Amino acid sequence: MRLGVLFSGGKDSTLALHLAAEKEEVVCLITIISKNKESFMYHTPNIEISALQAEALGLPQITKTTQGEKEKELSELEDAIAEAARKYQIEGVVTGAVESVYQTERVQRICNHLGLWCFNPLWKHDQKALLEELLEKRFKVIITGVFAYPLDEKWLGKQIDNKLIDKLVDLQQKYGLSPAGEGGEIETTVLDAPLFKKKIEVLDYSVEFKGNSGVFIIKQARLVSK
Amino acid sequence: MILIIDMNWKKDSLGFYEFVLPIVTIAKTQDECIVKHFLEVTNQDLSQCDSVILSGTALKDTATLSQPEKFIWLKETEKPVLGICAGMETIGVVFGMRLIRCLEIGMTQINMLKENPLFCGDFKAYSLHSCCNEPSGDFEVWAKSTKCVQIIKHKIKPIYGVLFHPEVRNPELIKRFILLNKS
Repeated sequence: MRLGVLFSGGKDSTLALHLAAEKEEVVCLITIISKNKESFMYHTPNIEISALQAEALGLPQITKTTQGEKEKELSELEDAIAEAARKYQIEGVVTGAVESVYQTERVQRICNHLGLWCFNPLWKHDQKALLEELLEKRFKVIITGVFAYPLDEKWLGKQIDNKLIDKLVDLQQKYGLSPAGEGGEIETTVLDAPLFKKKIEVLDYSVEFKGNSGVFIIKQARLVSK
Repeated sequence: MILIIDMNWKKDSLGFYEFVLPIVTIAKTQDECIVKHFLEVTNQDLSQCDSVILSGTALKDTATLSQPEKFIWLKETEKPVLGICAGMETIGVVFGMRLIRCLEIGMTQINMLKENPLFCGDFKAYSLHSCCNEPSGDFEVWAKSTKCVQIIKHKIKPIYGVLFHPEVRNPELIKRFILLNKS
């Protein structure tokens, strides 16, 4: 089955892509760039890096920019998926949704409307196990957004490793934080993954932090050999 | 032991992670589980288990509905069976119920019509279906949404069907089914 992956470049959509590619044929990426930094639907920091990730994966990418108005962004997502169906003959869509009924029901509706299959291979999976799976599969993932107390700017730019997973699980117990950032507490960017033919090297970045949230913005990056 | 039947269109499919694994995770907290694809269920699997759960599938996956002969065992078994979404639709087809178009996607209000040991009170649940069973002779209707039948129970056998996906927001329902039928 030819599939398109809703791709943000974060850990969940990249892991979903890997699981999908083990079972079916992934033929393109579909990326929505939201101008609204608090979009309900889409991962936002460093979304522009997804073009570099697409190149590393050797996959074509359909990109649409939205102003991020709550329901209008859905018609833009539907346009992007319809374009993927036309250009790359996809028969289904894959998402990295884990817990969010809000996200998944909207993508399900769009797929149903377009007559496409919809797969959410990370759906309801244990969040700590998902983080550990990233390490087992040798993903290189950095934290590029923190949006909840007590996460502070020290977390920005950190690579996910066993020590960091332990800390996140500890914060879950103390503060009810979701360890994989499913409640939008954390955003991530994947710099390397098994299906990347090259890896991403960050050449320049800046950190913005205000109140209880901050972002690690990749200003310049390139692909290098693995 | 619980026999969880993978209702996806093929064995080892991409739908497994989404529709089977979450049920296994919940069931494992109560008892041992074995998972079999619907084309590979044997009489031995059925005789060894205490209860059976039929998984749901992707919205476009209707493979089990066109192969009711693979579920003929449902008519003979004495074991408790819980069919989820495509699982319930398949139970309906095996017992001669008609399938009608009915689309529900997202959180849905479930209204209980009959007091019972498995499900109590009205609640909200996650729906993902494009058709539903039209109730007939052998089954009682235990709950409905505004659009369609949501829970059915065979009048004599311990065979239950839920059209919504309890593994998403109502895991206690799966646990209660297992506990009630654990030997």
